[in-house]
Amino acid sequence: MFITKWLAAFGRYLQLMGRVLSLPERWRMFYRQYVREMASLGVDSIGIVLLISFFIGAVICIQIKLNIQSAWMPTFTTGYVTREIMLLEFSSSIMCLILAGKVGSNIASEIGTMRVTQQIDALEIMGVNSASFLILPKVIGMMTMIPFLVVFSIVAGFVGAYATSIAGIITPDDLTVGLLHDFTPWFVYASIIKSTVFAFIISSVASYHGYFVEGGSFDVGKASTNAVVSSSMLILFSDIFLTSLLA
Amino acid sequence: MIEVQHLYKSFDGRDVLMDINMQFRDGQTNLIIGQSGSGKTVLMKNIVGLFTPTKGKILYDGRDFVTMTKRERVMMRREMGMIFQSAALFDSMTVLENVMFPLDMFSDMNQADRVRRARFCLERVNLKGAEEKMPGEISGGMQKRVAIARAIALNPKYLFCDEPNSGLDPKTSLVIDDLISGITHEYGMTTIINTHDMNSVLGIGESILFICDGRKEWEGSKDQIMGSTNEKLNSFIFASDLLRKVKEEQMSG
Repeated sequence: MFITKWLAAFGRYLQLMGRVLSLPERWRMFYRQYVREMASLGVDSIGIVLLISFFIGAVICIQIKLNIQSAWMPTFTTGYVTREIMLLEFSSSIMCLILAGKVGSNIASEIGTMRVTQQIDALEIMGVNSASFLILPKVIGMMTMIPFLVVFSIVAGFVGAYATSIAGIITPDDLTVGLLHDFTPWFVYASIIKSTVFAFIISSVASYHGYFVEGGSFDVGKASTNAVVSSSMLILFSDIFLTSLLA
Repeated sequence: MIEVQHLYKSFDGRDVLMDINMQFRDGQTNLIIGQSGSGKTVLMKNIVGLFTPTKGKILYDGRDFVTMTKRERVMMRREMGMIFQSAALFDSMTVLENVMFPLDMFSDMNQADRVRRARFCLERVNLKGAEEKMPGEISGGMQKRVAIARAIALNPKYLFCDEPNSGLDPKTSLVIDDLISGITHEYGMTTIINTHDMNSVLGIGESILFICDGRKEWEGSKDQIMGSTNEKLNSFIFASDLLRKVKEEQMSG
C-alpha cells in the first residue's frame, strides 16, 4: 500500500517535472520571475546562512580544540578538522537541510496558496503553462544562488573559527596552518555540486507539494510541512549517494 | 456561440452532470443557475477545460474543445476570459500588473501600448487611480472589477464568470452585473455566468439554464422564469420570501 502510494506520488512528480522543464512561453516574463526568485530564495537567505555558519564554525573549532586536540596531536588539528567539516558536510548538506526548512516551506505555501485561491486555475484558463511559469524560475533561481550561499557559508564558518581566537581558545596562526594544511580544491567543487543537486530537490519537491494542494489553508500548512520533511529525507539519502560518488 | 451536447461528468463513479444540452449565444448574458452543489461550477469547469467531460461535446463556434490537441487548447484559451468567485488576482502583483499580465504573456504590443491598454480596461471598470494598489489593499468589489478588467484585456470572444457576486453587497452586485452585461453587449462576447443570485437572474438573465442534481431542468429567459411551472425551479426561486410575495401579488392582482 505504502509502495503503491509512493510510486503514484513519484509518477506525479515526474509528470509535473515534465511540464516544468519546458521552454518558457515568454522569455521576458521568465527573466522577470527568475530575478525575483533569486532575490527571494537566495539573497533573502544570505543572512540566516551567514549567521548559522558563523556560529557553527566557532562551535566546531571550540569542540575540536577541547575534546580532540591533545599533546600527542599536531597543533593544526583543530583548524584542519574545522575546515574538513565545513567544506565536506556543513556548508553543503547541513546548510541545505536548513534551507529546506526556510525556502521549502516558503515555496510550498506560496504555490499552495495560489492553488487554493484559484490563481493557478486563472493561469491555466489564460493558456499559461502554470507549472513551468511558477516552478521553473524557482528551480533555476535556487540552483543559481546555491553556489554563492555555499561559498558564503564556508567563509562565515572560517570567520567564526577565527573569532574563537579572540577568546584565546586557539591561536590564529595554528588555525591558519590547519585551514591550509593539505587543502584539496576539489572539496569546494564537490560541495557546490552536492548543494546544487540539493537545491533542485528542495525547490522541485516543495513546488510539487504546493502545486497539488487540495482544500484550504489547513491543507496548505500540511503541504508546507510535508515539503520540508520530504525534501530533508531526500537530501539525506542523496547525500550518501553523492558523497560516495564525489569522494 | 458555445454549445454543450450530451455532457456527462462523474467523479469516482458518482455522476455529477448528466446529459446536459445547451446553447450559449453570442452577445448575450447566459446564466447557469441552481442550488449550491447542483453542478454549476463543475459544468463551467468542463466548459473551460479545467475538467475533462466523461462523455459529450463542447463546441466553441463549431470547434470541439474536448477533442482538440493540447496546442489547439492553449490557443483556444487565449480567446477566453474568466472571472473567478474569489477574483483570483495574483497577490504579488499590483492592480495594473494584474491587468497587464495577459498582455505581457500573449500580446506583441510594446510596453507603452500594454500599459495604455491595461489603463483603458481599468477605466472601463471605473478603477482609474487604483493602478499601483496591491489586491490586498482593495475591497472585494474592486477586486472583482480588476478581475473583469484582466479578463477583457485581450478582447476575448468568450467570458466566463463563476459566481461573480458572491460575498458582495446587493448594490455592488448590481454594479458588477451591469459591468458584465455592458461589456458583453459592447464586445459581442459569449458570456456564461454561474450564479444563484436572483437579482442577477432577473436583472441580466437573457438566457437561463437551471440545473438541479446535475440535470438540466429548465431553460428560458428572465421574462419567462417567474411564470415557469417547473416545480424544482419554483422551489429554488421562491425560496426567497420577497419573490414569493411578488408572485402571490401577481397571481392575486
